[in-house]
Amino acid sequence: MDSAHDLGGRQGFGPVVVEPYERHYHARWEAATRLLFRVILPHHLPNGADGALRHAIERMDTVRYLTSSYYERWVTAAATLAVEAGIVTHAELEARAGGPYPLSAPLTAGTITDPPVGRARFTVGDRVRVRGWHPRRHTRCPWYIRGHVGVVTRCDGYFSLPDVEAHSEHRVHEPTYSVRFDADELWNDGQPGVTVNVDLWDSYLERA
Amino acid sequence: MNQAHLHGHHPTPPSPIERRAAALEELLTEKGLVPQGFIEDVIRLYENDIGPLNGAKVVARAWVDSQYRARLLEDGTAAVREFGFGTPEGNLVALENSPGVHNVVVCTLCSCYPWSVLGLPPAWYKDAPYRARLVREPRVLLREMGCELSEDVDIRVWDSSAEVRYLVVPERPAGTDGLSEEELAEIVTRDSMIGVARL
Repeated sequence: MDSAHDLGGRQGFGPVVVEPYERHYHARWEAATRLLFRVILPHHLPNGADGALRHAIERMDTVRYLTSSYYERWVTAAATLAVEAGIVTHAELEARAGGPYPLSAPLTAGTITDPPVGRARFTVGDRVRVRGWHPRRHTRCPWYIRGHVGVVTRCDGYFSLPDVEAHSEHRVHEPTYSVRFDADELWNDGQPGVTVNVDLWDSYLERA
Repeated sequence: MNQAHLHGHHPTPPSPIERRAAALEELLTEKGLVPQGFIEDVIRLYENDIGPLNGAKVVARAWVDSQYRARLLEDGTAAVREFGFGTPEGNLVALENSPGVHNVVVCTLCSCYPWSVLGLPPAWYKDAPYRARLVREPRVLLREMGCELSEDVDIRVWDSSAEVRYLVVPERPAGTDGLSEEELAEIVTRDSMIGVARL
């Protein structure tokens, strides 16, 4: 889905802010949240695939996503999945937190509608165009390369297609490729000598 | 409720997000999902996180051993496994910087990071400005971050959007000929292995 998480190329952000002497976790709750979301909860969900976890973050309200810290998003996503799996109720969470407990929006999109490719159609050197699509479900195809032409530079073997695993217990494995795009082709701004290399599943591509 | 709560002078009352995080942890624990002591045990492990030390060892060996360097660039996963760090390597690809080519890594969709060699990512890597701007204006952003590249250096940005994780092999700095592999590992920084700094 084209939500706020798909940040590549968005304008209007300020400088990168580097925290001096940063610790891995600012507080205990961040580390605990990491464990709850990434280690403990997936074992208790009907679908604990990475794609389903990531999609729970992507379903957050756009304004809230952009104004939440990294681990705040994980709290929201973990709570959403726990409620959807019937492990806790929204009311229990609000009562325990002593206030509002925002959750991500419900799942709206079904699984992938067109059949995934599921096999290797491309090889190193092929010119490929990224599909100009806007799926409403989870995808790992960033928006900023859609419709653009690049060259396959590496084949990395077969991996579970996130677009399927996020929305069902079904799994389709297909190849991922590293695809090289000229920055000037992406942004049409005359940037010389810059390439942007993106890793993409076969289903995201068409022959150019 | 702890003593500070009972006596009503908690120095800083918990923020809404701290209350929400605590509520979730408490409820999942009460429902029996969290093995006793599990969270505290793992948090202790995190405190001993060695950060980018594994990556620095890999880079230093690539600098002193040309055969290892060739293996690392050919199959990063297998070459890192030679060290036996004890963490799953994932699918690792090493990217070699040279006088004419600079590599830099980002994850525009979330925060994918080569944690088996670099540890946990810094906050700026996960925040919106870096994820939004690196693929659009890398030369400008790198300069802002203190990594000045001359106009004739090509920049390769790598968006780790699938299952591969990237490790940048920075150029070995001049004047380090006399250093041992162990001493070289000490000068390899995390930022140089993400690609936002040169050594």
